[in-house]
Amino acid sequence: MSAPEAPPADEPKKVVRIGDRAFQSLATGSGIFVVALIAAIGIFLLIRAVPSLQANQVNFLFSRVWDTSDPNELSFGIADLAWVTVASSLVALVFAMPIACGIALFLTQYAPRSLARPFAYIVDLLAAVPSVIYGLWGVLVLGPVLKPVALWLNQNLGWIPIFADGNAPADGGMNIFTAGIVLAVMILPTITGVTREVFQRTPKAHIEGAQALGATRWEVVRTTVWPFGRNGFIGGSMLGLGRALGETVALTVILSTVNSGPNFSLFDVGATFASKIALGSGEFNNNMQVGAYISAGLVLFVITFAVNALARWIESASGKGKS
Amino acid sequence: MTTNAADVERPAAPPAFQHLGFARKFKNHLATTVFTAAFVIAVIPLLWVLITLLQRGLAPVLSSTWWTHSFNGLLPTDFGGGINHALAGTLLEGLICAVISVPLGVLVAIYLIEYGQNSRFAKVATFMVDILSGLPSIVAGLFIYALWITTFGFNRSGFAVALSLVLLMVPVVVRVTETMLLIVPDELREASYALGVPKWKTIVKVVLPTALSGILTGVMLGLARVLGETAPLLILVGYSSSISYDMFGGELASLPLTIFMERGTGTAAGDARMWGAALTLVLVIMLINLVASLLSRLFAVKTK
Repeated sequence: MSAPEAPPADEPKKVVRIGDRAFQSLATGSGIFVVALIAAIGIFLLIRAVPSLQANQVNFLFSRVWDTSDPNELSFGIADLAWVTVASSLVALVFAMPIACGIALFLTQYAPRSLARPFAYIVDLLAAVPSVIYGLWGVLVLGPVLKPVALWLNQNLGWIPIFADGNAPADGGMNIFTAGIVLAVMILPTITGVTREVFQRTPKAHIEGAQALGATRWEVVRTTVWPFGRNGFIGGSMLGLGRALGETVALTVILSTVNSGPNFSLFDVGATFASKIALGSGEFNNNMQVGAYISAGLVLFVITFAVNALARWIESASGKGKS
Repeated sequence: MTTNAADVERPAAPPAFQHLGFARKFKNHLATTVFTAAFVIAVIPLLWVLITLLQRGLAPVLSSTWWTHSFNGLLPTDFGGGINHALAGTLLEGLICAVISVPLGVLVAIYLIEYGQNSRFAKVATFMVDILSGLPSIVAGLFIYALWITTFGFNRSGFAVALSLVLLMVPVVVRVTETMLLIVPDELREASYALGVPKWKTIVKVVLPTALSGILTGVMLGLARVLGETAPLLILVGYSSSISYDMFGGELASLPLTIFMERGTGTAAGDARMWGAALTLVLVIMLINLVASLLSRLFAVKTK
């Protein structure tokens, strides 16, 4: 309206307004800023990690030592961190994936239409509980309840390496097993949300076709909804995995008993990438020491970047190919 | 059952699903039970957590000093005190975070929907926002540590925490704003252009107000999410048990940090304070969620 008009630009007849120019630059600039932000995260972590990595006395990837007490004699490796991180996240996936899939099917195919939204909201509420509270609940309430289960698994299936004795007593309650179940609760809404959306997009014609052939509700699900939404479900699960890998405080609270290195059992305690950094924050007074933790953070960043990117890729591919 | 052209051409086989025998009936019922059970299983931890919070946190929260005092001067074994300091810290950090994230997030969404559309760069930006939404909070904290504290030389402070929360809140604001901008009907934009209103004014005066309720809701939800974050706090600010409004240096309390720190005391009094703080945090988040749904109702655009 009152925007001053710029003198005619190169293209005749097209009016270029200064307000438009400025606003567009502002919006585009914000877009560029976000992209630059991701790059900056990678670059700054790298810059801070490299000096410490160069000073590292042991192999960063394969060493099981983590000793950063002396800034001039840094030795830190991520092997143990990687095990605890991956094991707890995988336990979480094993529990969360089937349940999330079941919930998504229930919400899209079974729940009465008027209740589907409130039900979905209830599941989303799980994501609203802060992780520190899940940590407390996991260690003080759920852990003790799971003790007999852990003990039974340990005594009866102990010949399977992951159920063998860990570096803490199996009835301690604070171990990867408990942590994995808490993580499963935390990632449930993530997986359910994505899966529900994909299942909802199942073409009506497919469902009606199956129904016309006399399929039962279960057969409809098996022959139309599931094949259509399978990839979305996998993508959603990867998103959940990304979240589980990066979860910090719940795991710091549950797993942080100081102990020897893990025995590659589910009844280990220890630290994940994220919880190691959180626990190490007390040591943050020297750039070299911080660099060791930043190296771990960089690895976590790269892993979650890859997992999330893959998840988005699977998710977007699933929508296009079949509809 | 994907329908290919070839499938359609094929002569009809006998109906695919014949004769509803016991096995099929049984499987169908079993499936229904299993899927319903999955939902019920998800509700259990939610209720369990909430009940635990009420059981253990209600007594301290209802004590006379809880909302009016801080933990200043309390010994680990002293009962009493209040959450005032942590509440102040959490809300201040949230406020600063929102002041930065909301304009940034909304502008990014405006770029993506109104300007970038399907350009290559917009696709890259969308992807990066996705990545940002999956960024572990501890990495956000480490990044701010590497940038703000190590490189720029500032102190550990509440402001640094707010900056790290921005990284976590921006993707939420972008996502929600994008969705809301998409459902603003094009007719509105076209009508505005037809009146000779410049594009930027159309966006600011027509498109954004139409999408306002949804954006506000998203902002509140994003805020509720970041206020519960603990990981960046551990790295970026020290804990104080008294009230502080200094966001640029020194220690600052917040609800998640209080929970974490009180857990370390290992005393009955510390336990009570911890659960009290946890319940308070959930109450704050619930309140924000409530405001979000109220706002969305209040500002909802009257559809014809």
